[in-house]
Amino acid sequence: MEDDLFASGHRACAGCGSALALRHLTKAAGKNSVFTIATGCMEVVSTQYPTTAWGVPLIHTTFENAASVAAGIKEALNQQGKEDTNVIALAGDGGMVDIGFRALSGSLERGHDVLYVCYDNGAYMNTGVQKSGATPFGASTTTTPAGKQSHGKSEWQKNVPFIALMHGVNYVATASIADLDDFKKKVKKALEVEGPKYIHVHCPCPIGWGFDTSETIDQGRKAVESGAWVLYEIEDGNFSISYKPSERIPVKDYLSGQKRFKHLDEDDVETIQDHVDRNWEELKKLEGLDLDLLKLL
Amino acid sequence: MTETTTGGTIKDPKSSKKNKTGTWRTFKPNVDKEKCIKCGKCGELCPEGAIRITEEGAKVNMDYCKGCGICAKECPVKAIKMEKEEK
Repeated sequence: MEDDLFASGHRACAGCGSALALRHLTKAAGKNSVFTIATGCMEVVSTQYPTTAWGVPLIHTTFENAASVAAGIKEALNQQGKEDTNVIALAGDGGMVDIGFRALSGSLERGHDVLYVCYDNGAYMNTGVQKSGATPFGASTTTTPAGKQSHGKSEWQKNVPFIALMHGVNYVATASIADLDDFKKKVKKALEVEGPKYIHVHCPCPIGWGFDTSETIDQGRKAVESGAWVLYEIEDGNFSISYKPSERIPVKDYLSGQKRFKHLDEDDVETIQDHVDRNWEELKKLEGLDLDLLKLL
Repeated sequence: MTETTTGGTIKDPKSSKKNKTGTWRTFKPNVDKEKCIKCGKCGELCPEGAIRITEEGAKVNMDYCKGCGICAKECPVKAIKMEKEEK
């Protein structure tokens, strides 16, 4: 068996979903790849000076500019005649959908041939679980603590895959560590596409979400089986759901296994169930439509 | 004192292998070689990349295993049990 390009000895917490995602992302991308990584969990745990877990070149950027640095690397490689080298900009949800969002948007607009991957663990985990734009509704974090006056985060997640699409991106996908074959297939497909592409991978976090370290895959699976996290891809504007559970499990089964949702009352759970149901129905309506048209608006 | 490189460059790929993160462990996986069907699921799902499939079945590299228990939880034939680490 070939050695991983994201090696053992990294300092991620036991049961880390994001570290698992990186193992398989690097495997799918292969040796002829250059990565940039925004400040965040995966940067901190994989590049503890003077060691690195990486078997391919990596540049640690600031929180803001993983996408911009990747764009620069891509253009420099093109000048050197190395057009075949994959360039991948990596950031957590904080680094991609909040702090690095401006750089992501600018890079997408300019159309560099770069794959942007957001490993979404649903908050700023490395600094102590502060909420991000990707934190789900109702989740208790250190900046949205549940208490007498608060039921956790009061906003819904930002839909960054669709925001990316609206930049005119030819390949957008969501993925989960609960289906690694699907994730790897999407990474390989994305890297075949000319121009910018965006993949958003759901990565459960035992520490920040509050579940046992052995349940990382199980929590990811429950998110997908309930429809709280939907796997889909959009190729040249064609939308398709990658996995449809024969019967979606109640979202309560997903929420109840995590401490961050422990405070939710029945009304809250119903609100979330309604939202998940509506989201699922709306996404199903998009199947077969040409979303390229939306880019022309 | 380690002398720092320009820009903090690290020139030794995968040098994280020097970090024996197995010392973090409080539970350790015990593979029942009789039950193991060598499907490789545990190795695929290990965040540490610490499990390899050998002729005798799944083999966990204890230098890196942090004892998360994903392998035991996800094994389709329940061939892995987590046991308290004794040091």
